[in-house]
Amino acid sequence: MAMAVARRESRRLMPLVNPSVSIRSNLISPNQEQVGLGVRSISTQIVRNRMKSVKNIQKITKAMKMVAASKLRAIQVRAENSRGLWQPFTALLGDTPSVAVKKNVIVTVSSDKGLCGGINSTSVKISRALHKVNAGPDAESKYVILGEKGKAQLIRDSKKDIVLTLTELQKNFLNYTQISVIADDILKNVEFDALRIVFNKFQSVVSFLPTTATVLSPEIVERESEAGGKIGDLDSYEIEGGETKSEVLQNLTEFQFSCVMFNAVLENACSEQGARMSAMDSSSRNAGDMLDKLTLAYNRTRQASITTELSEIISGAAALEG
Amino acid sequence: MLRQLTSRILTKPTTPFFSAAATRRPFSTEVADTSTGDETFVEQWKKVIPNIDPPKTPSQYMKTRPPTPNVLPTKLTVNFVLPYASELSQKEVDMVIVPATTGQMGILPGHVPTIAELKPGLLSVHEGNDVKKYFISSGFAFIHPNSYADILAVEAVPLDRLDQAQVQKGLSEFTQKLSSASTDAEKAEAQIGVDVHSALNFALTG
Repeated sequence: MAMAVARRESRRLMPLVNPSVSIRSNLISPNQEQVGLGVRSISTQIVRNRMKSVKNIQKITKAMKMVAASKLRAIQVRAENSRGLWQPFTALLGDTPSVAVKKNVIVTVSSDKGLCGGINSTSVKISRALHKVNAGPDAESKYVILGEKGKAQLIRDSKKDIVLTLTELQKNFLNYTQISVIADDILKNVEFDALRIVFNKFQSVVSFLPTTATVLSPEIVERESEAGGKIGDLDSYEIEGGETKSEVLQNLTEFQFSCVMFNAVLENACSEQGARMSAMDSSSRNAGDMLDKLTLAYNRTRQASITTELSEIISGAAALEG
Repeated sequence: MLRQLTSRILTKPTTPFFSAAATRRPFSTEVADTSTGDETFVEQWKKVIPNIDPPKTPSQYMKTRPPTPNVLPTKLTVNFVLPYASELSQKEVDMVIVPATTGQMGILPGHVPTIAELKPGLLSVHEGNDVKKYFISSGFAFIHPNSYADILAVEAVPLDRLDQAQVQKGLSEFTQKLSSASTDAEKAEAQIGVDVHSALNFALTG
């Protein structure tokens, strides 16, 4: 963001060398003394204004960074605590991103707010790629989007494939109850054979790993375990509770989806804060650099005009004397 | 000050929790096939989208588990997880008793591989003479052939943190609600309340 500001800034500063700017500076501050054409000293008013605005931008980005840092600390602990939740499912049902099914649903987890680096475009890119990978003559892929930013990006080219969008997740405290309600919503409204959840896994403040977790529907789980694929040993498990095996499997996959979603949403929220923190850090640093350059330019012009005035006075006095 | 803040967050890996997470990530020293993830998936991906790296998959973050041993292990390795915490992680115990929907189920090392649905009830973890008791709301238990048991619950509290008086009060409240419920949804809600509270009551007294 600061880069854009800097670019705009330089474009604005460029015409300072033109005399026409003196007119503009008069527009900004009409009370200022009229500066005629051909005056050698340039107006410092614009530079001063710009310095003030850059300073304000720096203050804002610094504050945003602080906010992101404190939010990150809170959410990081929760994301790490939720990491145990999906592991039993992966141990039991295996990790099956390559399973080929008819109805693919890609659940893209993104953030509601911007100014957080590339995490949203990464998850959108990965979702589009997954859409392509799973494309086939008799296979179809649909999107379910969590978060405003992913929606804004995907709606441009794949509007017809979006079946459900959910936003403002983080308005309320992210807890398991909220996520299971969302998971329930998705399960009720979307027909699927495989849900592919795309999110950014938090690794450190500066690195996020785009990840896809796969949740299969109970029918596909049964089909795969009978076919002896990756989840072939599911048949060796005894099943306790429930009337039938398929009923238990149904409960199991629904629970799996809510657990995986819970972790995914937390990891993505954590990555978002981390990304925002580093983005805001670099933009406040950029603002600082820009401020230094502006201050230098300002002081130099001021000094130059003082020198010019002095030499004018001295030379005038010398002319009178001579 | 901001710089310090960043470094403080970056140096966090020294705290025990973080290091546990770091070791959970499989590195090249561990079993090779999990570190690359699903190979067919990677191949498919590379064929269609050569310019983007394939995304990671959960198995790449999993801590590898040992294969099924030939001799019967003496200890049961338990993972007991909740959405907000890992209550027990890779803990070796003698026995756990879980509240399956079919009744209390004791799990010893070498138990038959099982998937069990859990109902609200008492979960006890036996380790030597030590017995830790939790009340869990509901969930699932998986028992793997390699004497690993995964217990997932939505909510769990140690039994000594429950208040008998509150439980009694809740029980009578929900019983009243059940009798006055008019719609099916209300009735179901009250029935769940009664079930949970009577399970709580049973766990505390029995």
